[in-house]
Amino acid sequence: MIEFRNLSKTFESKEGTHKALHDINLTIANGDIFGIIGSSGAGKSTLVRCINLLERPTSGAVLIDEIDVTNYKGRQLLDLRARIGMIFQDFNLFSQRTVLQNVTFPLEIRHDKHEHAVQRARELLDLVGLTNMEKRYPAQLSGGQQQRVSIARALANHPDYLLCDEATSALDTLTTDSILELIKQINRDLGVTVVIITHAMSVVEAACNNVAVINDSCIVEQGSVNDVFSSPKADITRRLLRLEVGEANA
Amino acid sequence: MPDVFGWLQAFFAKNGDLFLDATVDTLIIVSVSTLISYVFGIFIAMISKVTEPGSLHPLPLINAILGWIINMGRSIPYVILMVALIPLTRLIVGTGIGVAAAIVPLTIAAIPFVARMVENSFSEVSPGRIEAGKAFGASTIQILLKVYIAESLPSIIRGAAITYITLIGYSAIAGAFGAGGLGDVAVRFGYHRYQTEIMIATVIILIILVQIVQSLSDLIARRLDKR
Repeated sequence: MIEFRNLSKTFESKEGTHKALHDINLTIANGDIFGIIGSSGAGKSTLVRCINLLERPTSGAVLIDEIDVTNYKGRQLLDLRARIGMIFQDFNLFSQRTVLQNVTFPLEIRHDKHEHAVQRARELLDLVGLTNMEKRYPAQLSGGQQQRVSIARALANHPDYLLCDEATSALDTLTTDSILELIKQINRDLGVTVVIITHAMSVVEAACNNVAVINDSCIVEQGSVNDVFSSPKADITRRLLRLEVGEANA
Repeated sequence: MPDVFGWLQAFFAKNGDLFLDATVDTLIIVSVSTLISYVFGIFIAMISKVTEPGSLHPLPLINAILGWIINMGRSIPYVILMVALIPLTRLIVGTGIGVAAAIVPLTIAAIPFVARMVENSFSEVSPGRIEAGKAFGASTIQILLKVYIAESLPSIIRGAAITYITLIGYSAIAGAFGAGGLGDVAVRFGYHRYQTEIMIATVIILIILVQIVQSLSDLIARRLDKR
């Protein structure tokens, strides 16, 4: 379970202070696929980075399985991050490593036995449908294949959570569907709790059970996808919905 | 038609050992200096990268001081640095002339140069990959070794060739001050004794050396680069 309690994040820079997140309260249950939606700059990427503490909250707390991790440092922090897989919009694969070496990376840095890491990586490459691709380099793969490699890499450490930061934004519609199917399969078969950050309602609709809408650094609405989609309360939710319906009709 | 081949044969029969010894000296001086300067240069580049604003452990003051020292080191003309370092050179290798003595100032001149080159190579690694490394629980040292260095290795190799070639040039300057190597031969025989053919031969050997180093590094970098 992931919980945010009165979480705020402010960025200080020469241009002044920028409030990225304001008083966020949110609970993501284990086993869920949870969507966080908002337009660009709304703060959703910062929010997801507060889970594995790539960003430190300015105030408030992050709880994982009811343990306050907000001030984790050193080894404790690295161990926490290893339990949380993450995938990115630009995949962020290591270009000088083969597909197999990309997937073994998280195990390598935790000093796993090489043979064990390779065996685990092969299992995962089978799972994501990239058997026989292990010797290739990321540059030789399509966008969809690269995201599959990065999913395999994110799962290497048997994480309890998978964070998806705009994971399908760089992909075409068909590839997006197949990646979302894969994420749903991972959630179902491996019991991994998934957090999906997106600006696309269609992604939330296709993959998520619950959703929070974030606008101007605040959560303006949250609930089950059915409820939020059938009776949106916040203005921004209606706008996001209408926008995509408009796109679909156009 | 003059007997070019015969002339060359006689020329190398007479001076071959001189060129061979000088070339070996130059290669030793430049290779050892490059190697040592990379050990220190990569280390300094890592500290500089890590302490950069917004990086893994931002320490603006240390970063600024380091940058200032690197720039200062690069601003001093090599001839002046070499002379200024003679006392230090004597302290380290016991003498101010010869191959070992040439390595000390050359290495010190190369370190800030190498640090900047390596730092530039590091900058080619996208921030997203660094973030990925962090997200999987990599420690700072692991990110440096397994992400920064591993991802920018082809670029670091290309930089090493530039360093090596620059040091061949510097070593020739050092040669003029009795450091040994091809520069020494060019000055002693070609310049002071007006033996133009020796001067030209030295220059040709230097050109060939530079070409070999450049082609070799291009080949290695291309083989390594999987982008």
